[in-house]
Amino acid sequence: MSAQFAQYLLTGVTVGAIYALVALGFSIIYNASHVINFAQGEFVMIGGMTTVSLTAIGWPLPLAIGAAVVAAALVGFALEKFAVEPARGASVVTLIIITIGASILLRGLATLVWDKNIHALQAFSGDTPIQIAGASLVPQSLWVMGITLVIVLLLTWFFGRTLLGKALLATSHNRLAAQLVGINVRHVLLASFGLSAALGAVAGILVAPITFTSWDVGVMLGLKGFAAAILGGLGSGPGAVLGGLALGLIEAMGAGYISSAYKDVIAFVIILAVLFFMPSGLLGTRSTDRV
Amino acid sequence: MTLLRVEQLSKEFGGVRAVADLQFSIAAGQVFSIIGPNGAGKTTLLNLLTGVYVPSTGRIWFEERNLTGRAPYEYAACGIARTFQNLQVFFNMSALENVMVGRYLHERCGLPAAMLRFPSLGRAERETRSECEKLMHFVGLGAYLETAADAMPYGALKRLEIARALATRPRLVLLDEPAAGLNPTETLEVDALISKLAKSGITVVLVEHNMRLVMGVSDHILVLDYGRQLAEGSAEVVRRDPRVIEAYLGAAASAEPVSAGGAP
Amino acid sequence: MLRRLAASRSSGLAALALVVALLPLALQNAYYYEVAILVGLNAIVCVGLNLLIGYAGQISLGHAGFFGLGAYGSAILTARYGWPPLAAMAVTTLGVAALAYLIGRPILRLRGHYLAMATLGMGIIISIVVATEDQLTGGPDGMSVPALSVFGFAFAGERVWYWVVGVALLVAVWVARNLVDSPHGRALRALHGSEVGAEVAGIDSARHKVRVFVISAVYASIAGGLTAHYAGFVTPAKVTFFHSIELVTMVVFGGMASTFGAVVGAAVLTTLPQALTLFKEYEMVVFGAVMMLTMIFMPRGLVPTLAALFDRPEGPGKASRDAGGGGIRPPAR
Ligand SMILES: Nc1ncnc2c1ncn2[C@@H]1O[C@H](COP(=O)(O)OP(=O)(O)OP(=O)(O)O)[C@@H](O)[C@H]1O
Ligand SMILES: [Mg+2]
Repeated sequence: MSAQFAQYLLTGVTVGAIYALVALGFSIIYNASHVINFAQGEFVMIGGMTTVSLTAIGWPLPLAIGAAVVAAALVGFALEKFAVEPARGASVVTLIIITIGASILLRGLATLVWDKNIHALQAFSGDTPIQIAGASLVPQSLWVMGITLVIVLLLTWFFGRTLLGKALLATSHNRLAAQLVGINVRHVLLASFGLSAALGAVAGILVAPITFTSWDVGVMLGLKGFAAAILGGLGSGPGAVLGGLALGLIEAMGAGYISSAYKDVIAFVIILAVLFFMPSGLLGTRSTDRV
Repeated sequence: MTLLRVEQLSKEFGGVRAVADLQFSIAAGQVFSIIGPNGAGKTTLLNLLTGVYVPSTGRIWFEERNLTGRAPYEYAACGIARTFQNLQVFFNMSALENVMVGRYLHERCGLPAAMLRFPSLGRAERETRSECEKLMHFVGLGAYLETAADAMPYGALKRLEIARALATRPRLVLLDEPAAGLNPTETLEVDALISKLAKSGITVVLVEHNMRLVMGVSDHILVLDYGRQLAEGSAEVVRRDPRVIEAYLGAAASAEPVSAGGAP
Repeated sequence: MLRRLAASRSSGLAALALVVALLPLALQNAYYYEVAILVGLNAIVCVGLNLLIGYAGQISLGHAGFFGLGAYGSAILTARYGWPPLAAMAVTTLGVAALAYLIGRPILRLRGHYLAMATLGMGIIISIVVATEDQLTGGPDGMSVPALSVFGFAFAGERVWYWVVGVALLVAVWVARNLVDSPHGRALRALHGSEVGAEVAGIDSARHKVRVFVISAVYASIAGGLTAHYAGFVTPAKVTFFHSIELVTMVVFGGMASTFGAVVGAAVLTTLPQALTLFKEYEMVVFGAVMMLTMIFMPRGLVPTLAALFDRPEGPGKASRDAGGGGIRPPAR
C-alpha cells in the first residue's frame, strides 16, 4: 500500500464518517415521516457553532459538546413541532420547500446569534499528526472514526433492542398499524427529529476542528449527507453508513488521483451511475409496487 | 376464436409464488371470470395480463402476438383495458378528463400541434369530449361530468374506471372486483353493465367475490387457489367441483355445494 | 361550457398581457424596470419547470444547470466565436434540448427523492464544470456577453428589454397553457395522478416524462440566453444548486399545476429579496419564515389557495392530492 494511497484512504474514511452521520440523520427522519429534511445540515452547523461559542466563554469541552447536542436536539424538536407537524399530508415537494425555508431561517438566525465569520474549534486531543503506513493523520480523525463507530453500534442496539427504537422502525414500515398497536406516532416523529438533530450536531462538532465551522457549513455537508443517504438507499441505516463512507472515499480518491476541482463531479457521476443500475440505491429495498 | 392465451405463466415475489404455472385461453366474446379466495393471485394475474407485472416465467399471447415483457401501454395499444381493485383514478383531474385520458391512443395530435394550438386540435378535442360524455352516461355517471374526481363517492369512482377503460375502445376489458364495496343496487347496475359490454362484443375478464354476480354472467370460470389453477369450466361445472367447495368453505363444508351469493 | 373553458383560457392570458402592458406606468425608474425584467425571466423558467413539477409531478433540483447552459452557451458562441446572438441562442437551445434528452432518458426512471438527488447531481455537475473551465467560461469571475442584436438592431436599455421579455413571457405562457389543455397535457397530469392508471390507458409514461423534461429545459435555456444578453455578463452564481432551489421554490410557492401560479411565484420571490434588503441583517430570517409559513398554511401554493377562496378553481380539476415525486406508484418492470 503506497503512502499516498493510505493518505487518501484515511482522509476518505474521515470525511466519509461525517457524511455517514449526516446521512443517518436523513434516513431516520425519512423513515419516521417520509420527509427529506433539507435543514439537516443546519444541525451540523448548530452543533459546531454552539460548541465553539461555549468553549470560548470558558465551558469545558465535554460540557460544551453535551450542551450543543442538546441544543440541536431542541431545534430538531421545534422543527418537527412547528414546521413539519402542521404540514402533515402536504405533498413531497411542499415539505421539501418547508424544510428548505427552515434551513434558510436557521442560517439567518445563526448570523444573528453568532456572525458570518469562520471559527476554529480546538482539537479534542492536540494537533500532533500520527504516522500510519507512511500517511499522516491528525488525532481528530481518530476521534471522528471512533465516535462514528460507537454511534453506529449504539444505533444498532437502539433500533434492535429498545422499545422506542422498535417503535421508530414500526412507524416507518406502517404508520397506521403502528398507531393501532398503541405507538404514539407523534412522539415517534418528535424523537426521530431530535435523534437526527443530535447526530447532525455530533458530526458538526467532530469535524469542526478539521474543517472549521461557520454559519453556512451545513449547506455542503447537508447536501453530501443527502447524497450519501440516497447512494446507500434511503431509509436504510447500513445503507447510510455505506453511502457515507463510499462518498468520502470516492471524493478523496478522485481528488487525489484525478482532479481536485472535479472531485464532486466524479462523486456525482458515480452516484448517477449507481442509481442507473440500482434505482433505489445500494441497500435500498427493491420491492415490487403493489397495485 | 382465441383472443388471449397464456402458457406456463408464473410470478414470484421473493420466493412467494403468487401465480404458478397457469395455462388457459380466453375466447373472443366471452365473459371469463376468475375467482378464488383472498390472496389466491387474481389481481396478480390481471397485472400480468396487462403488462403491469413482468412474468417470472411463461408467455402471454394476444391474437397470436407475443406480448410477454411488453409495457402496459403496449398492451393498451393492442386493445386490452382494465380497472383496478385499488382505484387508480387521476384524482388531480375532473371525472370527464379521467375518461378523456382513455382516448389518448386514438387522438392523433403531434406535439407542435398541441403547443401551438392548431385549429384542427380544437375540433378533435370537442369530439373526444362529447364521446366521453356519452361513455359517462353509458356507465351511469351522467351526473358527474364536471365533478372533480376527488369529490366523487367510491361507487362512482369504480364506474369511472370502467368508463376510462372503455374509452380506449378495447377488445378485452379486465375488471378487478368491480362490485366490491358497492351496495346491492349498485351491484345490480354493475351486473347489467357487464352484460351490456358483453353484448356489444367486448370480451370481459371478471375478477369478483360476489358469486351471484359471477355465476350469473360468466361463460367460463377459472378458479385459483394459492396461485394455482384449481378448476376451470362453465359455472355449472365449477359450482359442483368438490375442490372448489373445499377451497372456499373448508373441507368440513364440502358436503354442501357452493350456494349462489355465498363467499366473502 | 366549452366556450367558458376556452374563454377562461384566453382571458387569463389577456389579463397577463394587460399586466405586462400597464406595468410600465408603475415603473418609476431603471431599477424598477430591472426588477420587472428579472421577474419576467424567472417566470419563463418557472412556467416551463411547472410543466415538469406541477403537471407531470416529476421533481427537478437541477434546472439552474439548463438555465446556465443556455446563458453560457449563447455567451461563449457570441463572445468567443463571434456568432450572431440569435443563431447562438438557437443552437444553444437545440444543444440543451439534446442534452436534456440524453440525461432525461436514464434519470427519469428514478422516482421521488431519488429523482431529486439525480437532478441535483446533474445541476451540480454542470455548475462545477462551468466554474472550472475558465478558458471558456471565465471561471468564477464570469464573462461578458455581447448585446442582443437582430439584423443590426441592438437591443439596449431597460425599456426595450422590458418589452422583449414581456413578449417572450406571454408566448411562453401561451404555449404552456396550450400544451396543458391538449391530449399531451392530459397525459402528463394523468401520469402524475396515477402512473399505472396512465400506462394502462395507453400512455407511454417514460416518453412523456422525458419530453416534458426537455421542454422545461428549453424554457430554462431560452431564459438563460436572454438573461446573458440582457445583463451583458454571466457568472456561475446563476448556475448553482441555490438557484435551482430558488426556481423550484417559486413554482411551489406560486402553486403547482397552475401556470399563472408559476408567474406569481416568480414575481413574489424575485421582488421579495429586493424588498427585504430593508430588513438588513434580518433578511434571511424573514425570507425563510415567509417561505415556511406560506407553505405550511397554503400547501397548494398562493394562486390555487387564493383562487379556491374566491371559489373559482384555477385550471381544470382540483389540486392534486400528492403532487410531485410521489404519486401512486408506477408498474414494476
Ligand atoms: N407487489 C407484490 N409484492 C409482493 N407480494 C405480492 C405483491 N402483489 C401480490 N403479492 C402477494 O401475492 C399473493 C396474491 O395476491 P393477489 O393480490 O394477487 O391476490 P388476490 O387473489 O387478488 O386477493 P384478493 O381477493 O384479496 O384481492 C398474496 O400473497 C400477496 O401478498
Ligand atoms: Mg385482488
